[in-house]
Amino acid sequence: MAYDYTPFPYVSAPGLTAPEPRHRVAIVGAGPIGLAMAIDLAQRGVPSVVLDDNNVVSVGSRAICWAKRTLEIFDRLGVGERMLAKGVTWKVGRQFHGANEVYSFDLLPEEGHKYPAFINLQQYYAEEYLVDRARAFPDLIDLRFKNKVTGHEDRGDHVVLTVETPEGEYTLETDYLLACDGAGSATRERMGLDFTGQTFQEQFLIADIEMADSPFPQGTPERWFWFDPPFHDGKSALLHQQPDNIYRIDLQLDVDADGKAEAAPEKVIPRIKAIVGDKPFRLDWVSVYKFRCIKLDRFVHNRVIFVGDSAHVVSPFGARGGNGGIQDVDNLGWKLAAVLAGEAPEALLDSYHDERSHGSAENILNSSRATNFMTPKTPVEALFRAEALRLAHDQPFARRLLNSGRLSVPCSLEGFPLQTPGDLSGRAVLDAPLQGPEGDAWLIEQVQGRFTLVGFGEIDLPEIDGIARIGISQTGKDYPCFSDPTGLALQRYGAGRACLFRPDGHVCASFERPDAASISQARNRALGLAP
Amino acid sequence: MTIAPDRLSPHQDDFYSALMDAHTGLAEAQSHALNARLVLLMANHIGDLPALQDLLQTARGYDD
Ligand SMILES: Cc1cc2nc3c(=O)[nH]c(=O)nc-3n(C[C@H](O)[C@H](O)[C@H](O)COP(=O)(O)OP(=O)(O)OC[C@H]3O[C@@H](n4cnc5c(N)ncnc54)[C@H](O)[C@@H]3O)c2cc1C
Repeated sequence: MAYDYTPFPYVSAPGLTAPEPRHRVAIVGAGPIGLAMAIDLAQRGVPSVVLDDNNVVSVGSRAICWAKRTLEIFDRLGVGERMLAKGVTWKVGRQFHGANEVYSFDLLPEEGHKYPAFINLQQYYAEEYLVDRARAFPDLIDLRFKNKVTGHEDRGDHVVLTVETPEGEYTLETDYLLACDGAGSATRERMGLDFTGQTFQEQFLIADIEMADSPFPQGTPERWFWFDPPFHDGKSALLHQQPDNIYRIDLQLDVDADGKAEAAPEKVIPRIKAIVGDKPFRLDWVSVYKFRCIKLDRFVHNRVIFVGDSAHVVSPFGARGGNGGIQDVDNLGWKLAAVLAGEAPEALLDSYHDERSHGSAENILNSSRATNFMTPKTPVEALFRAEALRLAHDQPFARRLLNSGRLSVPCSLEGFPLQTPGDLSGRAVLDAPLQGPEGDAWLIEQVQGRFTLVGFGEIDLPEIDGIARIGISQTGKDYPCFSDPTGLALQRYGAGRACLFRPDGHVCASFERPDAASISQARNRALGLAP
Repeated sequence: MTIAPDRLSPHQDDFYSALMDAHTGLAEAQSHALNARLVLLMANHIGDLPALQDLLQTARGYDD
């Protein structure tokens, strides 16, 4: 069944009739990033107004692969479980060369994580769930559809926006403007910020089809990638499964292909039949893309902050666009809330740039390498790839050279100034199953959202104002303690260690002998209060 | 035919892109010359004749 794009209701903005009191945060764009941003802030009690020029969710599935770390962040934002329940969990990826399978990989053989390595779920579902969740904060999230931001002016300590609606124009003041307006960000263009980088000449046909019969063995969802498939000579192809019996097919096209003509059903249908054979299907969505790998030099410009695709775009091989943007949200939310609450200096926001610019550079590096591998530019590049493929049939090292996208993994923040150097410092939370006063639990549910000190094994945690405490494999403490039924928590973190987690689940310090002074100091450092 | 253990990962992508970068801007003939030099340098780096003979045979073994 095709997705039902029910339009969100348009509501008259108060600013159309009388000046609105200055907002704390205005978010331009209700894509996955803008919506997640509003929810993150609302969970910290920070109100925001979200302005979107449109009134439906993402047209077309676009982002379909959501990585484990993203799902863990979505868990904190209250949509993770719903996404997991609806999404297609897949583990096995197969790489083909011509008609032959070269090798297959299993994503997460490791047990003891609440979320799998990846799920596939159409972006329109992700956005629908985020909108539903945002509506749970009627006093904190003011969602305004059909409100297009047409101008903004940074006045030093606030920003003035011009907004266009079906009923006319109004202006709005905000302390901070979060530009979540996507790859074509008008905010970015208005500011004349340079946004240049590698644009790949190759075009890709992206098609979603609805098909009752699974093309995969035993109907188990997998990811299939072909180099030089028999049905699509000399190019590459990808087949992936989404919920509702929707399958995603990516086909590399010629550099000089006519994108419009290629997207016509009479062109697309025979191409798909060549892949899926006689199985009946319905064409759900077709689009032709050229991909880019670009990021802004700076994500923070005084009171205007870029988040998600407005700050960085990557080619989709490796699924790092939406996933990277959600990590931006995770990084920025607690910092902005702390600055707005007067608990941290404004300079803390610069660390959002430092840390996420690093993350997006990593994503760009990986995505552009994958895209380069998939689209050799010279005869020598084609030669190396052909021989790597040939060797890959039996040489394990050559299998690892094949690159159809290195799937997104959480980025480490080790070495950045907010972290106190030490073991595990900078690492994103690694989940583990726990058993606590209220039954089964997961580590990710316990440490995200606030500064949390976790003691692994017999180790005493001092009480410090503003830091939650949790003991694992300890008893008789005056703070919540959990057992480690599988032993995985202690195995993953080491016994006799305390870790201080930032509100975004990154370890910012670890201690063998935690004392109140060094813990406070590490927390203050993570808030940008102390070196 | 020798199936060797993988010694490149986790740096395989760094290596591969450095290899491609080394060829950037070269005409095809220059690229072949670079490859030849590279084989010779790598042979000297390995410096173990039986191992090299084995590699030559393995590479040749994929001829179709
Ligand atoms: C074919 C394809 C496949 C992809 N696959 C994946 C994947 O598998 N995994 C993954 O993680 N990512 C993937 N991505 C990337 C992912 O779609 C993007 O990274 C993601 O949509 C970025 O979210 P965003 O909220 O930053 O921007 P967008 O989703 O573009 O949202 C921007 C929003 O801002 C609104 N807006 C724009 N201008 C204005 C204005 N002036 N005023 C008001 N509102 C405005 C728009 O209407 C829109 O709602 C894929 C992308 C494509 C194209």
